[in-house]
Amino acid sequence: MTEPLLKVEGLKKYFPVHSGVFGRVSGHVKAVDDISFFVNEGETLGIVGESGCGKSTTGRLLMRLLEPTEGKVYFNGKELTGITKEEMRKMRRDIQMVFQDPYASLNPRHTVEKILMEPLNVHNIGDPKDRKKKVYELLETVGLSSYHAKRYPHQFSGGQRQRIGIARALMTNPKLIIADEPVSALDVSIQAQVLNLMQELQKTLKLTYIFIAHDLGVVRHISDRVGVMYLGNMAELANSEKLYEKPLHPYTQALLSAVPVPDPDFEREQVVIEGDIPSPANPPSGCRFHTRCPYKMDICEKVIPKFAEIEDGHYAACHLYEESRPQ
Amino acid sequence: MTERPKVLDVKGLKTSFFTDDGEIPAVNNVDFHVREGEVLGIVGESGCGKSVTSLSVMGLVPSPPGKITGGEILFQNRDLTKFSEKEMRDIRGNDIAMIFQEPMTSLNPLFKIGNQLKEAILVHRKDWSKRQAHARAVEMMQLVGLPRAEELMNEYPHQLSGGMRQRVMIAMALLCEPKLLIADEPTTALDVTIQAQILKLMGELNERLGTAVILITHDLGVVAETCQRVVVMYSGKVVEEGPVDTIFKDPQHPYTRGLLASVPDMRFKKDALYSIPGNVPKPGSIKTGCPFAPRCEHAWDRCVEETPPLYETASDHQTRCFLYDPKEVDSRDRTTVES
Ligand SMILES: Nc1ncnc2c1ncn2[C@@H]1O[C@H](COP(=O)(O)OP(=O)(O)O)[C@@H](O)[C@H]1O
Ligand SMILES: Nc1ncnc2c1ncn2[C@@H]1O[C@H](COP(=O)(O)OP(=O)(O)O)[C@@H](O)[C@H]1O
Ligand code: SF4
Ligand code: SF4
Ligand SMILES: [Mg+2]
Ligand SMILES: [Mg+2]
Repeated sequence: MTEPLLKVEGLKKYFPVHSGVFGRVSGHVKAVDDISFFVNEGETLGIVGESGCGKSTTGRLLMRLLEPTEGKVYFNGKELTGITKEEMRKMRRDIQMVFQDPYASLNPRHTVEKILMEPLNVHNIGDPKDRKKKVYELLETVGLSSYHAKRYPHQFSGGQRQRIGIARALMTNPKLIIADEPVSALDVSIQAQVLNLMQELQKTLKLTYIFIAHDLGVVRHISDRVGVMYLGNMAELANSEKLYEKPLHPYTQALLSAVPVPDPDFEREQVVIEGDIPSPANPPSGCRFHTRCPYKMDICEKVIPKFAEIEDGHYAACHLYEESRPQ
Repeated sequence: MTERPKVLDVKGLKTSFFTDDGEIPAVNNVDFHVREGEVLGIVGESGCGKSVTSLSVMGLVPSPPGKITGGEILFQNRDLTKFSEKEMRDIRGNDIAMIFQEPMTSLNPLFKIGNQLKEAILVHRKDWSKRQAHARAVEMMQLVGLPRAEELMNEYPHQLSGGMRQRVMIAMALLCEPKLLIADEPTTALDVTIQAQILKLMGELNERLGTAVILITHDLGVVAETCQRVVVMYSGKVVEEGPVDTIFKDPQHPYTRGLLASVPDMRFKKDALYSIPGNVPKPGSIKTGCPFAPRCEHAWDRCVEETPPLYETASDHQTRCFLYDPKEVDSRDRTTVES
């Protein structure tokens, strides 16, 4: 088997919590706590989970927009967590990000042309003429027109701004795109347009995606494999059909059963889980889901379940499956 | 089954905003009704006029720049558009209650939850003692499934999670046993497991208390799950109205069909997602003809020249589209092209 494009091992990010007048560190928010996964070239890995579970932090750690507390990230066989800031800056040519709110990530005082040109300037790609040509080319690629180049972000609708965000990410011909809730702020009809665009681009440009979202329908639609996060942990990861058809982890089961389906006849087995998501500053001991899990056993409060391969390519962290594991 | 009486009957409602760019007809000739004990869904994309419709019913349209410029809002056969501000205050929170997407907009961060609930009762139940109000508040908090109700009375809104705050809002809305509850995107800001809890609660309360509910949402899954009847809005107008079953299984308006086809379904993978071309228009930006015409794959000359009325396509189903004009002989062929 070929090496994955991206490999993540034991990644952690603890944010210090300050309190009192002297701002002493009184604890840590364990935003991402020991997660491991890989992404193959050309595939889409979806990452889902409820708010605060650590999805965005994970995305930013991969880009090293945040420094990990622990753990390793390999891209194309090279360890990103070991290289200097300057080397990392160069690597960002190959790894780009698309954000939820394109408006917040586009400078309102710059024209679209200037915004799109910037990554080329930063990475010193091409001469001014090439750069301009590339801007026009990419505007067309994402379904806008060359006359849009002279306009400002506020002159576009939400969907068009997200197209600009995508065009900007593509300027440097990256291999990997980390998209953090790229369609969450868009209306349903516009969301479908952007999802279709992203799928088309993936095919023609052979892109690899990490697609972060909280909408389970959207993630199933776009992903080859999906990881489910809960309170900073990866609870389950499998190919998307398996995960949605035969989820193993009790949290995934509850999450899937909670999603309203656009079909009035559909009778779901509702596993309504009680209670709220605990705080990541003070997560439950053992399995972090034990405070809400309908299958909780004694061991769950004490021992952290290992994230392990339970069936071929199907990973989960849950004591229920500990025996069935091939030794 | 005999039809239950209408609690609310909105007829030809027009609400506009008067801005520097001129008049924005946010709600443009809207008709709909809600029957006793019914859950009606109002669905549509952002800016189509859902919130302004509900604010109009509540008498809460910000004025200026907003104003109800026409139509009737009949609540128990009385026209609310003719009510004074004082009369509306008596109606709000008493006969009609509303909950919003973000509960913090209606909870005062500076006051204890208990005081806010008691205040909300005593405004309308002037003859009640504080003790009675307290007991009622605790009873409602328990009814909406809040744990430690007595203790929560002494806590401040920020001490609660988003899901708990929304439960407090529901408790507050139901204090005076309103005939009608308007819920504007009540679960949009919540996580999906918490949303499931809140929707289940609202369904149970509707059954137990018989409160009629208008549920406003952009989420078609939420509509399918909780509503009996659905109004689909587009650009300030009702474009389709019917029972939830036929809206989802036999949608008629090209916009409704497009919208349903655009939603990724978690249960299976669609090969390609249908997408409606173009952008969601601002209300009033399309002056003549069908507001959906620029995005509609069935549009023909008539659609840009005339504005379609609502056509009755079944006794309980209406669609604002010329394809359903009985006079359009070839309209049947047009509709079958796509499906
Ligand atoms: N810069 C930061 N400082 C402190 N805590 C943070 C910071 N960024 C995120 N967090 C916390 O880390 C947790 C995970 O956040 P995030 O990765 O944004 O979650 P998600 O994207 O899944 O909603 C949350 O509890 C959040 O409050
Ligand atoms: N305070 C306001 N001033 C001017 N226009 C407004 C105001 N509030 C709403 N509108 C207009 O009314 C339209 C409908 O808004 P709204 O009912 O909030 O939509 P939604 O369906 O998303 O709830 C919007 O497109 C906007 O143009
Ligand atoms: S480890 Fe225990 S508490 Fe955690 S999900 Fe599995 S059964 Fe539930
Ligand atoms: S009236 Fe014409 S443009 Fe409007 S929805 Fe019907 S077919 Fe399409
Ligand atoms: Mg996030
Ligand atoms: Mg609204």
